[in-house]
Amino acid sequence: MSTEVDPRVYVLETRDVSKSFGAVKAIDQLSISILREWITCIVGPNGSGKSTLINLLSGLLPLDGGIVVVDNVGLRVVKAHDSPDHGITRTFQEVRLFDQISVWDNIMVVLTERRVFPALLERTKPNHKVEAERILKSVGMWEKRDAMAQDLSYGQRKLLEIGRAMAMDVQIYLFDEPFAGLFPRMLEQVKSILKDMREQERSIVFVSHNMDIVRELSDHLFVLDSGALLAAGEVEEVLGRSAVIDAYLGN
Amino acid sequence: MSIASAPIRGLQEVARDPRSWWRRSKGSVELWANLIVLGWALVFMLWRGGGFAVTVGSVFAIWAVLAVSLNLVVGYTGLLSVGHIGFFGIGAYAMAVLTSSASYEQLRTEAIPTFGWPFFAALPISVVLAGLVALVVGIAFNRFRDDIYVLVSFGFAVIAFTTFLSWRNLTRGAFGIHQVARPAIGPVVFDGELEFLALLLVFLGLVVLISWLIVTSSFGRVLTAIREDEEAIEVFGYRTTHYKLAIWVISAMMAGLAGALLASWSTFIDPNSFVLLESVLLVSIVILGGLASIWGSLLGALAFVMLEEGMRFVPFLPSEFIGQIRQVILGILLVLLMLFRPQGLVGRFKL
Repeated sequence: MSTEVDPRVYVLETRDVSKSFGAVKAIDQLSISILREWITCIVGPNGSGKSTLINLLSGLLPLDGGIVVVDNVGLRVVKAHDSPDHGITRTFQEVRLFDQISVWDNIMVVLTERRVFPALLERTKPNHKVEAERILKSVGMWEKRDAMAQDLSYGQRKLLEIGRAMAMDVQIYLFDEPFAGLFPRMLEQVKSILKDMREQERSIVFVSHNMDIVRELSDHLFVLDSGALLAAGEVEEVLGRSAVIDAYLGN
Repeated sequence: MSIASAPIRGLQEVARDPRSWWRRSKGSVELWANLIVLGWALVFMLWRGGGFAVTVGSVFAIWAVLAVSLNLVVGYTGLLSVGHIGFFGIGAYAMAVLTSSASYEQLRTEAIPTFGWPFFAALPISVVLAGLVALVVGIAFNRFRDDIYVLVSFGFAVIAFTTFLSWRNLTRGAFGIHQVARPAIGPVVFDGELEFLALLLVFLGLVVLISWLIVTSSFGRVLTAIREDEEAIEVFGYRTTHYKLAIWVISAMMAGLAGALLASWSTFIDPNSFVLLESVLLVSIVILGGLASIWGSLLGALAFVMLEEGMRFVPFLPSEFIGQIRQVILGILLVLLMLFRPQGLVGRFKL
């Protein structure tokens, strides 16, 4: 008999991560592990620290304590501009596009050269064009490529932001409420994008309040409450626990 | 067949309903701004003759180099700097100190070291010196943004002006520096105004070309993203501080070039050319012409120069008020612009 090997591989872990805003502990010694090529969902009541966690993982906020482990390397400091090197990209809860430039440039800008001097000499490259075209077509924004990002509808902005994250072509995607405020048709579109990404062996973390979608998409679920882990595990089982029901509905 | 008949049908429509044409073209402010400013400049130059055109052209070229370079920082990167005049002054003083061959009376005024370099030897020094100062200042400024940026750049302009005024054994303070060298290539000296204008336009063309290459590169696209949301573009792997520093230094070097050209063109400089107000006027030109548009900065500079020169010939206007009235008109124009057309005459971006 061969010994049973744990087939699960963690792409991203937090160990005792903390973050306070003044006296408020937004994240309190949180330790979670994100599985490779799974869709992981984070739920919790408003103010439970979901967005703060994503901001910490992408380097937008500095850690107060604890470490983040990516690719078996422990980091005490996550710098925002290093996050793609760690294989992390993200979207924002409030859509943050580059408003006064074109849809096309919003995608192109994450494809091109990062270093300053090579970027100065780099003109538009054919392979970047092909990639931008592929991304824009896959999120259904190809016809809108010349429009300014600020002139798009809310749903289109949301899709473009997801497209921009796809263009980063990394391992770990952090989606902060990708379904909030979308019409049913676009909801289906975003759902299928996430499923496709899982098929393409990417690891996805998303935050949502929509329990139907959480049940449909998640392979793994974390429930946060007041910055601490309330429950973790398989979706139906976790959502059935009384502590989770209490946190959401009150007593 | 159908292609050939299309413009004819267009003309017929105009003939049938001239008001439709008026309505349509009223919408394109850009076209009208171009027509009015260029037309005005052309008519004026034809009326006043060659000598006037050469002088106005030279003043325009220097302002245009400044405006285009500042637009890289303000329009494309979104850093509202009012300290640009400092780099302009550094370039001008470097040129003046290095090339001036004047000997001064020891008793009444300060004596300064005389180097007597040729123009083309001092030019690169002026540009590099402005760049080096910008590098140091930029490292300090990199932590600031938005309204704080305006304040610290304001501080830089004040410090620069005070330095020009007070470092008297280098700049002669308020006395200014005379006999700044005119450029010479071998035996050919650019002494005539027309030759100098040609040289200025060559440098302007160079600055426009470099700026165009920058803003159409991948680097330029990142600058606009920094302007829109610096935190977000950082998350996508860009070290924005490096980008901001790079464009700040490039822009300052162009301003240094403009300063060196001014010193040589007027052959005399004093600190009055580098007061804070000039810097504010420069920002106004960039906003008036249009942010994130190189053509806009050229148009803005032309409109600004023509505004001043044009008013010289308003008969009932006493000549001593021209400078002030120009500023009043510029101020009113800016207020109207912000109300009705915040992207400027031909701009691509709203503040």
